[in-house]
Amino acid sequence: MKTGVPVAVSFVAGLIMVVSFFFNEETTKVGGLSQELLNWLIIVGGFTLLLGVVSITRVNWSGVRQKKEGWIYKVFTLISIFAMALPSLLPESWSPLFGRSAGSIYDWLFVYLQAPMMATMFATLAFYIASAAYRAFRARSAEATLLLITATLVMLWRVPMGEAFLNLFPGDIPAWLNTYIMNGANLAVQRGIIIGAALGASSMSLRIILGIERTYMGKG
Amino acid sequence: MTSVAILQIWIVAFFTLALFSFLYKDNPVYKLAEHIFAGLTAGYQVGLVWDTVVIQKLWDPMIYDGKWWLFVPGILGFLMFARFWPKYSWVSRVSLAFVMGTTSGVFITTQLHGLVLPAMKSTMLPLGGGGGLAQAVLAIIVVVGVVSTLIYFYFSKEHTGALGVTAKVGIWFIMISFGAHFGYTVMGRVSLLIGRVYFLFYDWFGTFSEIF
Repeated sequence: MKTGVPVAVSFVAGLIMVVSFFFNEETTKVGGLSQELLNWLIIVGGFTLLLGVVSITRVNWSGVRQKKEGWIYKVFTLISIFAMALPSLLPESWSPLFGRSAGSIYDWLFVYLQAPMMATMFATLAFYIASAAYRAFRARSAEATLLLITATLVMLWRVPMGEAFLNLFPGDIPAWLNTYIMNGANLAVQRGIIIGAALGASSMSLRIILGIERTYMGKG
Repeated sequence: MTSVAILQIWIVAFFTLALFSFLYKDNPVYKLAEHIFAGLTAGYQVGLVWDTVVIQKLWDPMIYDGKWWLFVPGILGFLMFARFWPKYSWVSRVSLAFVMGTTSGVFITTQLHGLVLPAMKSTMLPLGGGGGLAQAVLAIIVVVGVVSTLIYFYFSKEHTGALGVTAKVGIWFIMISFGAHFGYTVMGRVSLLIGRVYFLFYDWFGTFSEIF
C-alpha cells in the first residue's frame, strides 16, 4: 500500500503522457488528457512550493521558540514572510493595498526590497567570481590555459573598450571569436552536454515509470 | 522629489550596503538583511503561487467554469502536507509519484524528440552545403566537439587508447566552452554590480542635496 499505490500512480500518469504524445491533443480525447494532466501537474507543483514555504516557517518558528542561536534573525525572516504573503492572499476588493497589483504591499515590497536585494546578492558574487577566476585561471596546464584565453577573449569581446583593443590586432578577432569559439567549440560542447543529459533524463524517466527507480519516495 | 520617494531610496540603499558589508566580513547587519531577503523571497512565492496556481488554475475553473474534476489535483496538492505528520507522511508519496510519473512521461518524449534529435540533426550537416570552406571547417569543429564531449562523459570504459585521446580532445573543447561561459557569467555579475553602484552614486547620493 505504502509503495504499491505510488508506483501504480506514477506508472499510469507516465504511460498516459507517453501514449498521448502520439495523438492530436485537440482532436482526440487521449491527446486532451495529456493537457489536463499537465494542468494538474502545475497545480500539484504549486502546492509543493507552498509546502516549502510552510516548512521554512516551521523551521524558523521552532528556532525562535527554542531561542536557538541567531533566533532574533529568524524573527525577521518570519515577519518578512508574513508581511509579503498575507496581503497578497487578501482580495483586492477589500483594499488597494491587498492582492498583487501595482500599489499593493506585495508590489511595494517586491520593487523596493526583494528585487534590489536580489540584484545586490548577485552583484556581490562578482567579487567572489573574480577571486575564483584568479585561482582557476592560473595557467598551470594546457586545459587551464585554454580556459584562461577563452574567458579573457570573451570578456574583452563583450565590452566596447575590449572590442576596440581586440581590433588593434591584425585579423578580425571579434568575428573569429563569434564564428569559431561561440558558434563552433562552445556550441559543440553545449550540444554534447544536451544530448548526454537528455539521454540520461529519458532513461531515468523510464526507470521511474516502470517503478525501478523509487528513491524519490524516501525511506520506509 | 517627495519625502516618500527619498525614504524609499534610503531603504533600498540601506539594504544594498548591508548586503555589500559581507565583502568585509560576516556581521549582524548583513545577517539581518539576509534573513529579511530570505523571508521576502518565500513570501513572494506564496503570493505568486496563490494567485497564478491556486486561484487561476484551481479555484476559479472549479467554481466558475464547472471543472469539478480539478478537486483531484487539489487533494493531491493537500496530501503533500502529510509530510509534516510522520505517521501519515507516506500519503504524500502519492502526490509525489504523480508529479514524478507525469514529468517522466513528458521527459521521455520531449527530451528525445525536442532535444536529442534536433541537436543531432543540426550537427550532421553536409560539408559541401554551399557555405564555402569556412562553413565546412565550422561543421567539422562542431562534429568533433560533440563526439569528443560525449566520449569524455562516457565512463563505462576506461579512457585509454583511442578513447583516451578522444576524451582528451573533449576536455579541450569543454575548457573552451567553460571559459566562454565563465566570461559571460563574470560579465553578467559585473553588469549587476554596475547597476547597484550606479544606484548608490546617482539615486542615493542624489537625495543628499535634497536633505542636506
